[in-house]
Amino acid sequence: MLKHFIRLEWKSFVRSASFGTNLALKIIMGLAALYFIACFAILGTAVFFILKDEGMEPLSTINKFMIYYVLFDLIIRYFLQKMPVTNIKPLLLLPINRSTIVHYSLGKTVISFFNVLHAFFFVPFTIVLLYKGYGYQALLWHIGMLALIYTNNFLNVLINSKNIVFYTVLGLLAALATSQYYDVFDITPYSQLFFQNMYDTYYGFLAPVILVSATYYFSFNYFKNRLNLDDGLAKKSEVAKTENFTWLDQFGTLGTFLKNDIRLLKRNKRSRTTLIMSFIFIFYGLLFFTQSIEAYDNPWMKVFAGIFVSGGFLFTFGQFVPSWDSAYYQLMMSQNIQYREYISSKWWLMVIGTVVSTLIASFYLYFGLHTYLIIVVGAIFNIGVNSHLVMLGGAFVKTPIDLTTSKQAFGDKQAFNMKTMLISLPKMVVPMGLYTLGYYLFSPNIGLVFVAVAGILGFAFRNSVFDKIEKIYKTEKYATIAAYKQKN
Amino acid sequence: MIHVHNLSKTYNNGVRVLHINHLEIPKGQSFGLVGNNGAGKTTFFSLLLDLIQPTTGHIENNNVQVNTSEAWKPFTAAFIDESFLIGYLTAEEYFYFIGDLRGQNKADVDALLAKHEEFFNGEILNSKKYLRDLSKGNMKKVGIIATLIGNPEVIILDEPFANLDPTTVNRLKKIIKELATDPNRTILVSSHDLVHTVEVCNRIVALHLGEVVKDIQTSPETLKELEAFFAV
Repeated sequence: MLKHFIRLEWKSFVRSASFGTNLALKIIMGLAALYFIACFAILGTAVFFILKDEGMEPLSTINKFMIYYVLFDLIIRYFLQKMPVTNIKPLLLLPINRSTIVHYSLGKTVISFFNVLHAFFFVPFTIVLLYKGYGYQALLWHIGMLALIYTNNFLNVLINSKNIVFYTVLGLLAALATSQYYDVFDITPYSQLFFQNMYDTYYGFLAPVILVSATYYFSFNYFKNRLNLDDGLAKKSEVAKTENFTWLDQFGTLGTFLKNDIRLLKRNKRSRTTLIMSFIFIFYGLLFFTQSIEAYDNPWMKVFAGIFVSGGFLFTFGQFVPSWDSAYYQLMMSQNIQYREYISSKWWLMVIGTVVSTLIASFYLYFGLHTYLIIVVGAIFNIGVNSHLVMLGGAFVKTPIDLTTSKQAFGDKQAFNMKTMLISLPKMVVPMGLYTLGYYLFSPNIGLVFVAVAGILGFAFRNSVFDKIEKIYKTEKYATIAAYKQKN
Repeated sequence: MIHVHNLSKTYNNGVRVLHINHLEIPKGQSFGLVGNNGAGKTTFFSLLLDLIQPTTGHIENNNVQVNTSEAWKPFTAAFIDESFLIGYLTAEEYFYFIGDLRGQNKADVDALLAKHEEFFNGEILNSKKYLRDLSKGNMKKVGIIATLIGNPEVIILDEPFANLDPTTVNRLKKIIKELATDPNRTILVSSHDLVHTVEVCNRIVALHLGEVVKDIQTSPETLKELEAFFAV
């Protein structure tokens, strides 16, 4: 039986859509994984000596902060670790015990990247401990930590569908961290006892071992009892509410498309991820304007930040126009649709997104008026120039978007589309160059004026760019339909 | 209404999936397309909707050559498969969206929906579900009714009877027959089901491996003739 499972697993891995993407992406993903592994391994090896140099007892210091490590791990898992329920359906009808299926699915999570990664920290750290004469009890501590990591793993299986539990954990973590930071209440002396106990005593490590057995037992039962199509394996569906947005009717066809785009953003996982990412981009500028990173502390990098703070939505949404509509592109192509209205509705959406981001970013006024003005002229340039470039690049993207999953959002193969790359370059380089030019030739304010004027000039080309995009949509129509039909 | 000239579609691997030298569908006809899987029914409809490019020849829809002009779009409506639905909309939102594109106001659409309330069987309007969460049969019902919005002159339905329950099939037949009474309306229906097609269409064309093998005006003998042709 196990042989069959392993063979299935291997095929699903080798034939998965993400594996089939181009070589460049594979290499980059591999490098990213290696990077994380290396970080953990280096940390695991070096942390002992670093702490020692700082005059702290390494193991007890690690134990002190271990509570945060464990809680944070749980949160990361909640967001990123996939649930084992996929691919169970076809197994249900085959002559396999339900228990076997559940054991197999849970067992699968054991070798997940989110568990293996920790080994790269704990194994070298334990080896260093042994080497430094901490005795065999370091091994007991290691077993205890291993059990805790797996407790998290199975806990995540249990709570994954329960947002309340998750937000409680998140709230707890935030509360603990803040109260510790402001010296209100410090949990670490208490939690430290628990972790230190695993080293100090012969039996301390048994607590997490019991914990991991219990969570495994509960998640096993939880799954087994819900191994029905209408329960644990059911597709989650939201309660739908009809929204007519009648106030948009006054804009005619443009309003019709805008309505749909608003619903698109609100109701799909994939597009909501875009919204969250563009919100995070607003705070990206903090890295630049707080002067915390020396390499960023120059005029051109500040413009770079200004472009990103206001343009997060513009970039993340715009680069996939028209792929957002890929699922029903055939409908769009057989309806009486004016491309011009379609394109301008997307454009207006990006304009609205940019304006809203710029308004939210007004807290940058804290760093001075000039800083905020950099963001404002960045927004003008984004609306005037970048919005067109982004859509021009998007017109060449032919990867269908699955709106119902959020996992595609990070690292997609279209990022390596050559045409898109070439079109992307001026988005950053031109405003950075213009500002720097004005900054050094005249004054910082003239630099701002340069960027703003370039943005306003960009408006003049709006119609010709829209014509060009329209033409691309038309000439690429058949290829685009064929590409969108391909499911990942 | 629809003229097919020397139309063929060949894929890169050299497989010719459709070849129709000449076919004429006059205005007002209800035209049935039957054939096995792979006979070229959906390919023909996709060519008619300019979703794929013909290898040779062309189709004219009301004197508009479909692969060069888009002027056929305002008077043509089609439902091929679920990719014609917008998954994240509710049924109402979808109908109003199509209505907007076809120049119909909310009241027009509401009137049409009220007329077909029976067809929906109470499972679609106000169902608090997005289209992506509907069952296959209910998705089909939404798609079919959406093609009626704005009184298009040409209606194209690919496999409309598949996935529908017996009652709904009968209701659909009634709807199609009623539509066919309008002399300005041309209806194209494809199906595997000979009985249904014979019942609603006044002309039937059978495709086999991309070629027209039968072209008959419906008569009491039609069903027998077709059954004999597809018999094993």
